[in-house]
Amino acid sequence: MTLPLSFVFFVLLGLSVYFYYHAKSGIVRKAALLSDRTKALPSHYGQQSFLWAFIPSFLILLVLTIGGPNYIDQIFYNKIQELNPTFNESFVSLILAKVINVSNGKISTGEENIIMLAKDYKIAFEQLHFYRGLVVILCAALLGMIISYRQKPGSNAREEVEKFIVNIFFASAVIAIFTTVAIILSLFFEALRFFNLYNFFDFIFGLHWAPNVAIRTDQVAAEGSFGMIPVLLGTLLISFIAMCVAIPIGLFSAIYLAEFATPKIRDFVKPTLEILAGIPTVVYGYFAALTAAPFFREIGFSLGLDVSSESAIAAGAVMGIMIIPFISSLSDDVIRAVPQSLRDGSMGLGATKAETIYIVILPAAIPGLIGAVLLAVSRAIGETMIVVMAAGLSANLTVNPLESVTTVTVQIVSLLTGDTEFDDIKTLSAFGLGLALFFFTLLLNIFALSISRRLAERYD
Amino acid sequence: MTSKFRTKKVEVSYGDKKAIRDISLDIEKNIITALIGPSGCGKSTFLRCLNRMNDVIENCSIKGSIHLDEQDIYGPDIDPVELRARVGMVFQKANPFPKSIFDNIAYGPRIHGLASNDSELKDIVHNSLEKAGLMDEVKDRLNDQATGLSGGQQQRICIARAIAVSPEVILMDEPCSALDPIATAKIEELMNELCESYTIIIVTHSMQQAARVSKKTAFFHLGDLIEYNDTDKIFTQPENQKTQDYITGRFG
Amino acid sequence: MIRKSIQSRRARETRLKIYGITSICFALIMLATLLISIGLNGYSALQQAYFKLDISVNTEKFVDDSGAPDNNKMNLFNWDGLVQSALREFFPEVKDRDEKKELFAIISANAGYDLKEIIKKKALGSGSHTLSVWLHLSDDADQYLKGRLSIDIPEEDRRINNKQIAWVNSLVERDIAKLKFNKTFFTSADSREPESAGILGSVIGSALTLFVTIMFALPLAVMAAIYLEYFAKPGKITDFIEVNVNNLAAVPSIVFGLLGLSVFLSTFGLPRSAPLVGGLVLGLMTLPTIIIASRASIRSIPPSIREAALGLGASKMQAALHHVLPLATPGILTGTIIGMAQALGETAPLLMIGMVAFIIDIPTTFTSSATAMPVQIYMWSDSAERAFYERSSLAILFLVAFLISMNLLAVVLRKKFEKKW
Repeated sequence: MTLPLSFVFFVLLGLSVYFYYHAKSGIVRKAALLSDRTKALPSHYGQQSFLWAFIPSFLILLVLTIGGPNYIDQIFYNKIQELNPTFNESFVSLILAKVINVSNGKISTGEENIIMLAKDYKIAFEQLHFYRGLVVILCAALLGMIISYRQKPGSNAREEVEKFIVNIFFASAVIAIFTTVAIILSLFFEALRFFNLYNFFDFIFGLHWAPNVAIRTDQVAAEGSFGMIPVLLGTLLISFIAMCVAIPIGLFSAIYLAEFATPKIRDFVKPTLEILAGIPTVVYGYFAALTAAPFFREIGFSLGLDVSSESAIAAGAVMGIMIIPFISSLSDDVIRAVPQSLRDGSMGLGATKAETIYIVILPAAIPGLIGAVLLAVSRAIGETMIVVMAAGLSANLTVNPLESVTTVTVQIVSLLTGDTEFDDIKTLSAFGLGLALFFFTLLLNIFALSISRRLAERYD
Repeated sequence: MTSKFRTKKVEVSYGDKKAIRDISLDIEKNIITALIGPSGCGKSTFLRCLNRMNDVIENCSIKGSIHLDEQDIYGPDIDPVELRARVGMVFQKANPFPKSIFDNIAYGPRIHGLASNDSELKDIVHNSLEKAGLMDEVKDRLNDQATGLSGGQQQRICIARAIAVSPEVILMDEPCSALDPIATAKIEELMNELCESYTIIIVTHSMQQAARVSKKTAFFHLGDLIEYNDTDKIFTQPENQKTQDYITGRFG
Repeated sequence: MIRKSIQSRRARETRLKIYGITSICFALIMLATLLISIGLNGYSALQQAYFKLDISVNTEKFVDDSGAPDNNKMNLFNWDGLVQSALREFFPEVKDRDEKKELFAIISANAGYDLKEIIKKKALGSGSHTLSVWLHLSDDADQYLKGRLSIDIPEEDRRINNKQIAWVNSLVERDIAKLKFNKTFFTSADSREPESAGILGSVIGSALTLFVTIMFALPLAVMAAIYLEYFAKPGKITDFIEVNVNNLAAVPSIVFGLLGLSVFLSTFGLPRSAPLVGGLVLGLMTLPTIIIASRASIRSIPPSIREAALGLGASKMQAALHHVLPLATPGILTGTIIGMAQALGETAPLLMIGMVAFIIDIPTTFTSSATAMPVQIYMWSDSAERAFYERSSLAILFLVAFLISMNLLAVVLRKKFEKKW
């Protein structure tokens, strides 16, 4: 007997709905017997039963669905290893993959023992599904019955339901913490495995990055080159170019929009700039690779300069265009947050608008503006698609914007999209870069957010 | 008696809403003139017309004429920036810049280029603080943030800041509304001293204040100028019934 | 004294204004350049070069002994040969083997397969049939007909040689080949051959992914927002949650991809390239955006509404769910749409979890291998064939049009329900 996931889920849902009505009508009957009034509305008792029947069983279903197959795989992995003690790890994994594919009917084979194992595997899965369904449905039924039995007209079901819901709300909010923790842990542990294979300080301070140099089987993995300085320098170079474009243009646009523009112009320009912000980065990447890069190459050629077809300046300039609306809208908010009374005070003394802006408004807004710029820098450093499509792969240690450089994100993508084993040093080095990227941007973000918050408090 | 300001049929509207209409009055030199009236009567709007602060507000249009020393301040050859240097303004809420006390006072002279060197600038700042009666209180901390002072001190900083540009007229928009009685008394005292050399126009919703400090009073109601006369007259024998009602507290 | 300096002060103001206007114009011009250059690259992909063949088939070849249609026999039939011999009838002078090869290169490598599919779909009765079908020309012939392949460069550097150009031209003169609306682009998934490639597969992949994203992120975000606004007690945990939410909103998207790779794929063992995983990763990524928007929306509801409910004896939960939440819904929806637009355009995290694979089947479930629109754009613009560029551009135009309409919807929603309390 097979109990597929959707079937189990709908039975669970049906049961829970049943207990809702069961409890709702049950409490009215109980109250009538005692000639008493229920303390909460009947539907609250229904909700209580529904939550009790549904939530725990649903969690069990989730855990079994995610964890079960892994558990079975582990059992079969051990089984294969026991049968063939001489096989090494990756070969066992290979056989296991074959077994799984045969049991799914994706491939066919003539090997007897694999067919046997595949049969067992299929049976194990059927058992898993069967017991999963059984446990979930029984659990829901049992809990539903218990809670409906225990409900008394005197108990305050509303309060209990609300407490339950608040806890669910709390759990939702805590997901933000979990996500951060999960990011840090997953990056950290993979990076740790990388640093077991490769010296930490060589990674941080190394001047040579060449992961694609073929590592021979007899070669110790640590002899590959994973020095991140050139990659980091490339990232900073491209971000710097982007900022050179984005900061002045974004800032002046924001000043104009906040202080000079008529409402009509504002109403037109602001949403248009938002369109610029809403364009996916892959589109900017396409533009950088196919329009901007040849453009810069042409210009360089006509000036007698040799510009690489994957020049840092093309990627950086397009990234700058992408970031303009980001800076302009954040700065616009910051500038408009400066109280009108300061503007009046300055204008009342006979200052021109420009003087008011330069001497009064910008100094008052400067913390927020710095925050905006830092957030933009963080964004430039973490930006992926533009550089993947328009920047190079080879890590040149240079600050010449006409040459090709690579970035942290480009390396992560190129290391993880190839057909590499998960335990490969190249794969693991990507997590080392990921960790560096995460901490770098984390510092920038926290710093930027705390500056902006201080500004917000000042004008409260 | 010489007139400093002469306004004729001034009408201000925000969009299609008329804020004040048909205001004609002459404001005399070197006295304090008070503008009173219930909230929303247009007295602040009128005040802001006198140094063209309304220019800052979108869709605000002004009709009629306002002359400062026989010169039309809405004339084409008048730069509002220059005008505001002659007609300074102090606002309802003290609005010192988030800078040091010195920089606050020095701001006006600096932008208008009134001092040719640092020592002149210093003199201007000291003079202004002296005139505003603040010197003794702040002389040791001219480099402290102005936002750290008390409300009354902040407002006097704003007055000193206005004086530093050596204007001819100072407009005050309810300068004491956010202050306690002691700070208010100090500012009123200050105004009395200042009116020897400046023309002061004050908007206030405190009738006692108007009675205490001003020589002439104008009563506004719903955008109209109801009565304009010597302060003594207005408060003892008003000619208009509405003025009578307002000053005796029947509405407002 | 003041009057003297005023001119230069005014000039400074004018300069500042000019800087501002120049900056805005630059940004707008860049936006226009971006869209126009992509538009010019992409519009021609709306058409595709087809050629017409009159072909006769005998369906009796494709039935088994009992007379029922036999797919196996159909698959084994030499369709390429059928197409090629039909083509050769137009050019009887082509005899040489190499020349034949060159001739067959002007039609799509998938022409035989396409013909089979057309015949399959027609479900012809038994017997001999003569029918005329439109099949794709090869991408090079297609690009040549659209004028996208420059014929000024030396023949050996070109992807299409003079002989082939002559054949294509002669087909066009005989009205056998022409540009027609490119239906394939909208009805099929990816392919190795540009002329057979379409966006439907990636559109469905994106739709499945976004469905998972919204089902995952919206409820969690709303619950978290209500908790943070109304139930959280001020304290370290609440502060920590807030810091995390704000920071997560600024974490580079690729980091979420790494998280998905190491948690969802290698720890939980979820399938690679699946919309389920893509949706979860994008959900985690957009969660903070929606939480922040929802909180702002909840906070904009005046406290008096909530107090009125509490004053009538409603519980905190009832006040929040019955009164505040319904009023905050438009704002929450606006934030959600913006978050979804962000997720729809996101590429980098999807590369990490393997949605970058070459997939020729249209995905049908949340766990089947799929790709998404921005990833498809990325893959096509990385390809060597010129014809993929224009498809990439056209796909961008669709994606951007869709994103802009989502953003406009958000703006309209905000305008419509914006209330000044």
